[in-house]
Amino acid sequence: MEARLKVRNTKSILFKCLIVFLSFLITVPLIVILLYIIKQGVLQVNWHFLTHVPAPVGETGGGIANALVGSFIMVMLSAVIAIPIGMLSGIYLSENPHTKLSYYAGLCVDILQGVPSIVVGIVVYFWIVKPLGTFSALSGSVALSIMMLPIVIRSTEQTLRLLPPSLKEAALSLGVPYYRVILKVIVPCGFAGILSGIMLSIARIVGETAPLLFTAFGNPYLSASITKPMESLPHLIFTYATSPYDEWHNLAWGASFILLMFVLILNIVTKLITRKWNIQL
Amino acid sequence: MKNKRLDLSYSQMKWETIFKRLLIVMSSILILIVIGTLITLIFKSMPSIKALGIGYLWGKVWDPVQNIYGAYPFLIGTLLTSFMALIISIPFSYAVSIYLGEYNPKGWLSNLLKNAIELIAAVPSIIYGFWGLFVLVPIIRSFEMKIGVAPYGIGIFTSSLILSVMIIPYAASLGITLIRMVPSPLKEGAYALGATRFEVIRSVIMPFTRSGLFAGVLLSLGRALGETMAVTMLIGNTSAIGQTFKDLIFGPGNTMASVIANEFTEADHTVYLSALIELGLVLFCVTVIINLIGKRIITRFTSN
Repeated sequence: MEARLKVRNTKSILFKCLIVFLSFLITVPLIVILLYIIKQGVLQVNWHFLTHVPAPVGETGGGIANALVGSFIMVMLSAVIAIPIGMLSGIYLSENPHTKLSYYAGLCVDILQGVPSIVVGIVVYFWIVKPLGTFSALSGSVALSIMMLPIVIRSTEQTLRLLPPSLKEAALSLGVPYYRVILKVIVPCGFAGILSGIMLSIARIVGETAPLLFTAFGNPYLSASITKPMESLPHLIFTYATSPYDEWHNLAWGASFILLMFVLILNIVTKLITRKWNIQL
Repeated sequence: MKNKRLDLSYSQMKWETIFKRLLIVMSSILILIVIGTLITLIFKSMPSIKALGIGYLWGKVWDPVQNIYGAYPFLIGTLLTSFMALIISIPFSYAVSIYLGEYNPKGWLSNLLKNAIELIAAVPSIIYGFWGLFVLVPIIRSFEMKIGVAPYGIGIFTSSLILSVMIIPYAASLGITLIRMVPSPLKEGAYALGATRFEVIRSVIMPFTRSGLFAGVLLSLGRALGETMAVTMLIGNTSAIGQTFKDLIFGPGNTMASVIANEFTEADHTVYLSALIELGLVLFCVTVIINLIGKRIITRFTSN
């Protein structure tokens, strides 16, 4: 009896050790990758690096200004496209949870969330690149905004669902029209949650490469025209990382460092917002 | 005579209708995007469906120069990388779910670990690919030399390793939530009967959350199937896959997503291009179905 108990207890303890070991083992690749990127990238970053376009093969120096500008323009443009659509349909989904439209729209959000990013690239290629006849930053932004939509919608919907109905009822009983109740009472109350959703979605799309391969394509020169091909950070990393030249690898390490820092900071700020406002995403 | 109040009311009513319509239009855009995606993919892959038939999917040779198209190497590549990644990642994601759901649900350590897991999902896949190419590939290469296979370094095995890290968060964060939802009377009952912690986990928590954890694994699988960039950089991009088992696992290959990424802009005639789009269509349908099943299981689980 005593021995049997001992066996069961030992088993329990061993199991716990295994679980703890495996759990913390997961953080090893993360830490190794972060440290490696920081180590390789931090020395590349200086003012010259941020303000110059990549140098041709054989020349030293050069920077990633074109990718920084390109990523910025495309992310802003896709935010401009995705945020109104996302917020308004999120409002619709939270306000009308039981209509047929909201069932199908919700289903489509689930589908969009799972669509491989490369497929989005193909589709936008036929929607925009083919008719326009050229790769363009605009098509890249559309592709990114499609990737952005599901996160914005879900965060809007879930934040607004958490608000107490008495808020809306109080405003309505004062005779405030419905659209003003939504825009002036409901949305401001859930603003932190919506904002964190938007920031998370930006953090996600800024690192997306696959949809840009056939849309924004890439451009070794500085360009601010949205109807021309445009470079972006992840695409620059992809082209230069797979090139055979060491100088280009160094550029790519620097770009990875900047991209990684941007994504990490966005994620941490989002965490702080959600913790302060006590929102569950 | 003009009634100011009445005018105000009218304009408000007008805005009210406009706003409500706007909400409906915006939600319909979502449905249009999804249906449009499906129609575009089907329409554009028509030439290859007509020219190559259904046998395309298990044709063994992919040689665009000779105009021979077979998707078998990519199907095998996709399935192998995804399932190997899944098998490697499952113990880890289950362990984290159990640890953060049951052993250590609160406190700074558990917060730290949870945030770390979310960061794994936040790191862009291109960075995993880049890191893998320069750090993981040399390690794998020397490992391959030791076990006596051709030391490519890149290949299906390397891609699976990176993928397995990338997909852990999807199963883990869901698993944590679900394990925390196990009603404590159930657990307390088992403890009262004299069960050890391991026995409670094995015979109360795991059976209770089994379907939910399975849904998490499905979501991970959907992610792994569609993952493009990291795999493209690490898999070696060859359409000829190894014949023996060892060559197959450790040799270079191609997945559906990576072949699209590599060859889409080079595809110079209709059948070639539409064969690639058909791969996209297959990928789209498979990931959508997997995701929807996963979501369905989760909804059923959480609503009970």
